[in-house]
Parts: sequence; structure tokens; C-alpha cells
Amino acid sequence: MEAIIQDIQGIPLNHYILLSSIIFTIGVIGVLIRRNVIIIMMSIELMLNAVNLLLAAFSAYHGDASGQVFVFFIMALAAAEVAVGLAIIVMVYRNTKSIDINLLNKLKW
Amino acid sequence: MSAIITLSLLAILVLYLGIFKLRNALLSVSLIGLMAALVFELRLWNEEAEPIFNGMVLFDKFSLAFSILIIFITGLILLLSKGYFDKISANIAEYYALIIFSLTGALLVVSFHNLSMLFIGIEIMSVALYILAGIRKKDLASNEASLKYFLMGAFSTGFLLFGIALLYGASASFDLTEIKNYVTTNSGQLPAMFYAGILFLIVGLAFKVGAAPFHFWTPDVYDGSPILVTTFMSTVVKTAAFAGFLRLFITCFDQLQSFWVPILLVMIIITLFIGNISALVQLSFKRMLAYSSISHAGYMLFAILNMGVQASGAMLVYAAAYSVASVLAFAVLIVVKRNRGSEHFEAFNGLGKSNPLMALVLTLSMLSLAGIPLTAGFIGKFMMFSEALSNLHIALVVLAAINAAIGIFYYFHVIINMYFREAEINDQISIDMNYKTVLFIAAALTLILGIYPDFLTHLI
Repeated sequence: MEAIIQDIQGIPLNHYILLSSIIFTIGVIGVLIRRNVIIIMMSIELMLNAVNLLLAAFSAYHGDASGQVFVFFIMALAAAEVAVGLAIIVMVYRNTKSIDINLLNKLKW
Repeated sequence: MSAIITLSLLAILVLYLGIFKLRNALLSVSLIGLMAALVFELRLWNEEAEPIFNGMVLFDKFSLAFSILIIFITGLILLLSKGYFDKISANIAEYYALIIFSLTGALLVVSFHNLSMLFIGIEIMSVALYILAGIRKKDLASNEASLKYFLMGAFSTGFLLFGIALLYGASASFDLTEIKNYVTTNSGQLPAMFYAGILFLIVGLAFKVGAAPFHFWTPDVYDGSPILVTTFMSTVVKTAAFAGFLRLFITCFDQLQSFWVPILLVMIIITLFIGNISALVQLSFKRMLAYSSISHAGYMLFAILNMGVQASGAMLVYAAAYSVASVLAFAVLIVVKRNRGSEHFEAFNGLGKSNPLMALVLTLSMLSLAGIPLTAGFIGKFMMFSEALSNLHIALVVLAAINAAIGIFYYFHVIINMYFREAEINDQISIDMNYKTVLFIAAALTLILGIYPDFLTHLI
């Protein structure tokens, strides 16, 4: 465990922040420009995992375990959210036979 | 804490009742459970508040007052659910259980003392709602609302989490007190990461409360969901999200006002104008209420902006007034929709003649939402505006007053329809006992709060 933490600390903190920010941005752009619901959900997962990576890095740098515990919370809740989300997508697919979000434009002013 | 435990167990119990086909017991068991939770909250009222469970939650007067408010409103909404879910499906226990689970999350959001509890509370609250929004499985509008709510909810959670991670990176703690200490000891030389964290948190929370420019999902989701679920979303969930927002900013970022006040100011002004002007052109009463809930989010942001001693009290009064009036309006909408089959303003034509009492309470609710004196809404707006004036946000108050005036136009639209337009079929609409009770309680509360607001304002 000590060796791992030393390995993590061998890389400057800024690199972790930069990497996480890039992954997070890819996720945000994915949500905004893709039209397939499954891919949007994958992009959201990418955002959450960027946060996980960042928390783990901070946790190792501060020598404080709570950040890593938070990562477990995020993983558990993300799994619950994906379960519900996939169920919703299945429901939508049964009605429209498609998972393209452009079809869902019934509600407008 | 006992209230949260009671409610989680209650939801599981309700699921079991569903297995054993005790459909008639569902409502009464849920209401008794809510009552028990309310009693537990009331018993904590006079006790010394300390963060418990390693500083995870804190049941101070702020959290207790908001908890009691949201449990009470949920009780009213459950009363309205009699005969509502039955039309959708044969298995109705799930709906009660989901509403109660969502309420549990809301209780966590108002009493968190650690950012992890904020995250968990928001997730518990929203995940149940994603399902509730889509309970009409064959209805395309409901499907669309559910999917949009899910995608936007998950997206905003990402922002919220990134903000929390950055705050943790700077301060090495998720605990509110320790973050506050960190801000105090390092004031003036906080890292850029910390400020970025606050920005991300504002974005994430603004998504949740539906403030512009992150409001675009609100009208669609509120419009597409079943009315009862919309009621729950626009009252309980909104109140809880705002209470969490206020609690976070009042405890942690009090000293950094010069950083986030300008951001919030711009957000408030955009929110007010977008909400009110879009509400003006709506043809559907339900969608009008959705836009009006955006504009009310703008008014409620005033409390966070002002952050004085009175801010929590003002927020409580405003949230109570807004929630009660919304429940009233949605209850009448459910009855009208059931009988006349439409959510449009025309459906309300002639209601003043056929159902004078129902028209009267709806008028009262509209007056309260518009902020006319002698109703609860006026007191709420008055407190928000006077706080803002004492903080010298004069331009903001002028803009907000203009918006309140715009608001009167669309709130009076339905009143005019009820009293001055003739209906094609002028049959009387019968209401059952539960609806009568809810209408009576909500109308009475709106009046009492409007005439004698002191008992709420000095509570916290």
C-alpha cells in the first residue's frame, strides 16, 4: 500500500487534475453532441469516473482515506442510477422502437 | 435520525403491503408513518444540536424546520393520491414506496453536514423520481419526461461531484465545519481549485433547483410527468434542494461572497425574466405552473444571495407559502383534468359558477403565488425583497418587482377564465373527501400565514 501511494505521489498533482479535467470535458461534450442515449449514458459514466480518479489522487496526496471511501459511494450510486436509466431506456424503446433522443420532442412550448 | 430510519423502514413496509395485496391499507399506513416521522422530528426540536455519526448529519433547527415542512407537504400529496395511481396500474404499492424513498433522500439533503451526505441525499431523492416521472409506461410524454429528467439529473450530478472533488482537493475534508475553518484560515490565498469547485457546485445545484441558465429541462419534465408527481417535484424536491443549497453556502462560503454574489445576481435576473416571460405565453395551465416554478426559483435564490440572520427564516416562509399554494393549484388541476380531460386554461371556464368553492381556493392559490397581500406568498416576497434592500441590491429589487408585476398577468389568466368565461358544458364537478381536506388545509394555511406570519419567521 505504501509503495502504491509513493508511486501515485511520484507524479505531480497537477497532472492528475489535468487528466481528470480532460476526461470530464470529453464526457460533457459527449453528452451535449451525441444523439444516441446509450452513448450519452457512457459519457456520463466518463464524467463520474473522472471524478473518481481525481478523488483517489487527492486522497493519496492528502493521506486521508475519506476521499477513497467517497469513490465507493459514487460507484455504488452510479450503478443504481445506471440500472434505473437502462430501465427507462428500455421503456422508451418499447414505445418508439428507437433510442435516438431527437425523436423525443413531443414536449415543447 | 429516527425520522430518516422510520421513513426508510416505512417504504419497505409499504412494499410488503403491496406483496400481500393490502391495497386499502397503503394510504393509511403511509400517513401514519409520516406522522410518526413528524413526531420524531418535533421531539428533537428543543435539544442541543451536535453533528452526529462522525459529523455526517446535523439536526439543528434549520434542518428540523425544513424536514417538518417537507414531511407535511408529502402528507398532503399522499392524501391527493387516493384514486390517482389506481388508474395507472394494478400494482400501486411501488408508487407510495418511491415517494417515501424520495422523501427520505430529501430529509438527508436538508440535514447534511458532510458533502458525501449531500451527494447521497440528492441521489436517493432523484433516482426515485426518475422512475416516478415515467410511471405512465405507455404515455410518450411521460416517457420523454422520465428520460430527460434522468439524463439531466445524471449530468448535473457529474458537475456537483466534480465540484465536491475540487473542494476536497483544496481543503482535504468533506466536513462542512472543516471546510469553513479552511476558508477562514486561508482567506485571501485560496487556490484557484477551490474557486473552481464553488463554480461547479453552483452549476450542479442550479441544475437541481431549476434556475436559469440551467432550467431548460424543468418545463418539459414538469409538463410530461403525471400531475401528482409534478406536484411532488415542484414542492418537496425543490424545497429540499434549496435548503441544501442555502445550508452549504451559509456554513461554508459565507466569507467568499465577493466571489459568488455577482454570479448569483446574474443567475437570479436571467431566471426571473425567462420564467415569467415564458409563462406569459403558455396555453396549458400545467406548463404555466412549470414556468412559474422557475420564476419562484429565482425569488428563492434571493435568500442565498442575502445570507443574513433572517435568510433561513425567509427561505422557510417562502418555501412554505410556495409549496402550499402549488399543492392547492395542482389539486384543483387534477380534479379539473379528471372531469374535463384537459390541462388548458379553457378547461377552467365557468368554474366560478359550477364550483364556486373550488374556484375560490384556486383564486386564493393564484393570489398567493402572485404575491398579493393577505396571502402567504406576499409575506414570502416581502421578506425576500426587504432583505435584499437592506443589502443594497436596489437594482435587483426593482427588476424583481417588475417581474412580480408580469407574474400577476399570467396568474390572473386562470381567474379570468374561471369567473368571466362561459363553459360549453357547465356541469358541477364532484370532489371526494380527501381532496376537500387537502384544499381546506392548504387554503387555511395560505390565509393564516398571510395574516399572521410571525410564528414561522422567528422559528429559525
